[in-house]
Amino acid sequence: MKFTSYDHEGYYDEMFDLSALPRPNAVLLMQKIQSLPDGELKKRQHAAEAVLLDKGVTFGVYGDEVGIERIFPFDSIPRLIEMSEWDRIERGLRQRVIALNMFIDDIYHGQKIIKDGAVPAELVFSSKGFRSQCMGLNPPKGIWCHVSGIDLVRDRDGTIYVLEDNLRCPSGVAYVLGNRYLMKRTLPELFEAYRIRPVDDYPSRLLETLQYLSNVSKPTVVILTPGIYNSAYFEHSFLAQQMGVELVEGRDLVVAGGWVHMRTTKGLQRVDVIYRRIDDDFLDPRVFRSDSQLGIPGLMEAYSQGRVALANAPGTGIADDKVIYAYVPKIIKYYLGEEPILPNVPTYLCCDPKDRTYVLDNLDRLVVKVAAESGGYGMLIGPHATRQELTEYAERIEADPRNYLAQPTLALSRVPCIVEDHFEGRHVDLRPYILCGSDVYITPGGLTRVALIKGSLVVNSSQGGGSKDTWVLA
Amino acid sequence: MLSRVANNIYWMNRYIERAENYSRFIDVNLNLTLDLREETVEQWEPLVMATGDEQRFKAQFSGATREHVLYFLTADPKNPNSILSCLLAARENARSVREIISSEMWEHVNRFYRMVKDAAVKTFDTPRQRGFFGEVKQASHLFVGITDATMSHGQGWHFGRLGRLLERADKTSRILDVKYFFLLPSVQAVGSSLDDIQWAALLKSTSALEMYRKRYGRIAPYQVAEFLVLNPEFPRAIHYCLIKSEESLHAILGSEVGRFENVAEKRLGRLVADVTYVSIEEIMSEGLHEFLDNFQTKLNYVGDGIAETFFTLRLDEGPRSLEMLQ
Repeated sequence: MKFTSYDHEGYYDEMFDLSALPRPNAVLLMQKIQSLPDGELKKRQHAAEAVLLDKGVTFGVYGDEVGIERIFPFDSIPRLIEMSEWDRIERGLRQRVIALNMFIDDIYHGQKIIKDGAVPAELVFSSKGFRSQCMGLNPPKGIWCHVSGIDLVRDRDGTIYVLEDNLRCPSGVAYVLGNRYLMKRTLPELFEAYRIRPVDDYPSRLLETLQYLSNVSKPTVVILTPGIYNSAYFEHSFLAQQMGVELVEGRDLVVAGGWVHMRTTKGLQRVDVIYRRIDDDFLDPRVFRSDSQLGIPGLMEAYSQGRVALANAPGTGIADDKVIYAYVPKIIKYYLGEEPILPNVPTYLCCDPKDRTYVLDNLDRLVVKVAAESGGYGMLIGPHATRQELTEYAERIEADPRNYLAQPTLALSRVPCIVEDHFEGRHVDLRPYILCGSDVYITPGGLTRVALIKGSLVVNSSQGGGSKDTWVLA
Repeated sequence: MLSRVANNIYWMNRYIERAENYSRFIDVNLNLTLDLREETVEQWEPLVMATGDEQRFKAQFSGATREHVLYFLTADPKNPNSILSCLLAARENARSVREIISSEMWEHVNRFYRMVKDAAVKTFDTPRQRGFFGEVKQASHLFVGITDATMSHGQGWHFGRLGRLLERADKTSRILDVKYFFLLPSVQAVGSSLDDIQWAALLKSTSALEMYRKRYGRIAPYQVAEFLVLNPEFPRAIHYCLIKSEESLHAILGSEVGRFENVAEKRLGRLVADVTYVSIEEIMSEGLHEFLDNFQTKLNYVGDGIAETFFTLRLDEGPRSLEMLQ
């Protein structure tokens, strides 16, 4: 397969510049791939897909029949990131996560930022991520968001923006490790040509981050999953296996004598740290949703006594509300006195009358999102919507303006993907994962998600997205 | 080990063993019909009886034709014990413990399931498709081999073996019961070549024919029963299954064989003693059917004991769990 007929169509391409020449770091990549015999790349791509199916590397899809699993499509052409560019991204992410942590802690304690007028009170208290039950809680070591995933995109002019913050239970890191594993099998010759920063130490780093939260000398760490029908179950199980910790469901845990235990074949065993992959609402039916079948009655009581650590802490959703997002640059300035290293995408808040008028007038040019949703659910892409969809969406915005925000439709950067027997450009984003423990650790690269449907800007796995291995070049 | 995890490993093994046994039943019966075509009507009802699912079958189908029985036992999603349902359940169990079992085991169960799922859309009437039943048997053996070679022989492994062998003991007893029940009344046929073929088929369905020949030579109903119930060395014989189950059960808590610390150990120990010290003459004078029926009831009782002891741990459950709270 050759790149000779590859067309960037005027978009920013991660591999080629506007004159259609490979970027300096991509020259070798292009040569290596073009030197493969005819049909070889395609053959290897198929072999990679077969591996995914055999290993059951799948995700569940909501809305379809229960138990439907699909493989997360993988494209064999890696996405390259320059070291100098990555250094800047890393500094920006670190800055952002530190500030967000301070923000959450402040919201659940003194609320100085509200008193000083930097963030409006009504936005905080009306947020679906705000949990009044968390007021005054002191999570172990003062950390709220231990694991974050921050989505980045690049616009047509090459600028990298933060698109959204995921501070509750961001998923996808298993695919970062899985993609690297597949890539080494699929195109090992590329690894000889490049020096690529490894990602395989993520499970060890995660375990360190979790163990740091307990003062016990050998803490028992578990991952709490909603179970095999959860869309990210594969990841829960994979991380448990890689860290060598138990994967538990709510029914495996019980609070007895004020402490959290798991039910084992030899009786109850104490649990010190819970990396929970279920939402706040389902954690403890006594404190949050009383109809939760997934949770553990009494968990929050044990947590508030400091008898168990939860990662992420309950209540972090306040900082990944998409309306609060618009205030993150101010939040960074407020707590750190620094300019944000990574800019936000310009955002119009529908709760602001002036912004709302602008949004409604320009709906067909904007991307509109629901404040409390993730995974691309409920999103409107103005330029791709029908007239009727636009009208209906406008009604929804007027009915509940607090819950909507809009951003200009960015021309997301593209990368070449294998499409049948040639290469075509597809839009991508990037989700690096950030761990906050005794120090801040950031996965080199992260998950590059690809909108596999031609022309689509939606990269979410639930909406037809796939992924690529991401190489930060050392 | 988490109770739920132990439960899942136990059932993953039971379901795979069940699928294997169903394949054995069907495969042998298919072969038998090739021999008997001229002489008798095909016997498909005994197969359904061997599985203990007659009621469910009768609710769904009007007659025990080959087509109905094959579908019911192989590909019927409404039958929770069909080969397809067994593999689905085994895979769900494996999926929820995939971080505990080895990757090789998980990948094999995953492939095994997909093989069965792909086959289940076909009928099983051409010789080529009959190869399917041999494949299920092989895939089950491969699963056991992979488990033995890639998973630490600790608690989880013992729960697996326990599940597998209890299931196997149950299925051997059922196939023996059904064949005996059906084959014995035809007194006039005793000693005929038809009789010989049917007993040989029974042995084949448990892969026991060759081992039986080495031990007894000629085929005789008493000795077939003796071999399949009381042989302590043949891996599909009831006695063997019980001995090894008991080893695994005691390995789980590290207790001594011959004593007991919970209902599971007590009930299994008692059942092992029953089978160890009974003779085939005693069994036959009581009636083989009665003996096997009684055995199945006791085996279920052992299964309940295992669930009570390990899988459904309650908080108010006595000193063992309270002690752990300190």
